[in-house]
Amino acid sequence: MDIGFLIEKSAVILVVFGITMLVALYSTFGERIFASYFQDRLGPNRAGPGGILQPLADGVKMFTKEDFIPDTPNKFLFIFGPFLFMTTALITSSVIPWGDTLMVFGRIVKLQAADINIAILFVFGVVSIGVYGIMLGGWASNNKFSLLGAVRASSQMISYEVAMGLSIIAILMMTGTLSLRSIVDQQHGFIDWSGSIPWFSWNVFKQPIAFLVFLICAFAETNRTPFDLPECEAELIGGYHTEYSSMKLGFFLFAEYINMFISSALIAIIFFGGFNYPGMDWAFRTLGMNGAALIGVGVMFVKTLFGIFFYMWVRWTVPRFRYDQLMNLGWKILIPVSIFNIVATGAVILLTGK
Amino acid sequence: MTLYVFLFLSFVAIFCALMTVLSKNPIHSVIYLIGCFFAIAGHYMLLNAEFLAIVHIIVYAGAIMVLFLSTLMLMNLNDETEQHKPAVAKISAVIASGLLMLVLVAVLKKADNLQVPLTQEISIGTIKVLGKVLLDEYLFPFEFSSVLFLSAMIGAVLLTKKEKGQTA
Repeated sequence: MDIGFLIEKSAVILVVFGITMLVALYSTFGERIFASYFQDRLGPNRAGPGGILQPLADGVKMFTKEDFIPDTPNKFLFIFGPFLFMTTALITSSVIPWGDTLMVFGRIVKLQAADINIAILFVFGVVSIGVYGIMLGGWASNNKFSLLGAVRASSQMISYEVAMGLSIIAILMMTGTLSLRSIVDQQHGFIDWSGSIPWFSWNVFKQPIAFLVFLICAFAETNRTPFDLPECEAELIGGYHTEYSSMKLGFFLFAEYINMFISSALIAIIFFGGFNYPGMDWAFRTLGMNGAALIGVGVMFVKTLFGIFFYMWVRWTVPRFRYDQLMNLGWKILIPVSIFNIVATGAVILLTGK
Repeated sequence: MTLYVFLFLSFVAIFCALMTVLSKNPIHSVIYLIGCFFAIAGHYMLLNAEFLAIVHIIVYAGAIMVLFLSTLMLMNLNDETEQHKPAVAKISAVIASGLLMLVLVAVLKKADNLQVPLTQEISIGTIKVLGKVLLDEYLFPFEFSSVLFLSAMIGAVLLTKKEKGQTA
């Protein structure tokens, strides 16, 4: 194997890993700041200027707390749960294209760890494995509340995965590819002049219904309010992580922020054009390949960070659903809507012939 | 290299399959079965069938086994409450699986003469080729199996429906 290729991929993977960790770390801080803003209070402002070192203080606190393991016959699974949840949260970032190609030392570097042609299916596969972390952890805790949280998480994940997959199918019918990079490339620029009627090239303007369904399902898959019933403290104490303490609890909480980051990135890529931005052809001509690509990376992160902000915005605005409402929404509203969207997309593709 | 990967995956698959049967705890059985599915998905990867591999993981490990696990977790599987099968059932199960073993061994003994159509085409397992074959050559069985799934789904819904006048 080419040694340059190895170095290039290692660098990309390490940078992506570092950025994922950093964004997740400061998302916890951002969440608390936004929560304080929405609730009209000050929020964390003691550690460092403006509370900027709060995540580090939280980390130290997590590490130095007593690592309590309950009396359970399944100690291995109890430890394996958070490990699996964290791993699956991090794996997904490997197929996400963070930017266009860069020219570094005469090499063309794709800003993506692995450009596989079934990337969307890969993401779905990893997401569907992620629930095992919650389930095994909750079951091995040997606690009825944890078990209820785990069962809730699994049924919620399965229900919303169906609607999520169906909403994506409409996009796949339109794009004709499963590769995330090709999907981004097809949304080039902002306005597509090539058709008979100029229209926005981003998928959100072509598939608004699919976007809505996908967004709701993403909230459910990441266990965020209004769908955070697996850890609903009013009914289940702490849900699946009731018995966890120290860094194992930290892993569960931290993986949720990584999931938020990855799902925001995915929404940005599939629906908001990823690293495409208005006037990118002009930037390519004036700034060259690297300049345009770096702006693209910046644009991609702005879109992703807005997605994370949206998650927090919703969390502190919308109250939690009841469990039967959650299931009704998933099975009786979102799935029929996305099937209707698939039929409508098929009809349009058949009639316009493209 | 491929040979070693194959041997490793085969070892994992067979080990997990054995542990699925031998584990006392049904939850551990399910976890070993998931491991076995992953090893089989690896085998699909070796055969260049990446689409099949990932769909195998999504459907079996990601959906069916999650349902199994959540059902098992809600069951009360203590040793005291577990019902032990009568001896007749155990003996008949042993005889039946022995017969199955006999058939499998007989088939595998003849397998040397089988002509397996070896294809060297690298794109055989990719989604484009698979879609064309499925909706062109095998359209009828494909649609037929979807009708089968639909009927199974309607049957399941019908079973859970309350009858008229029945309370909860």
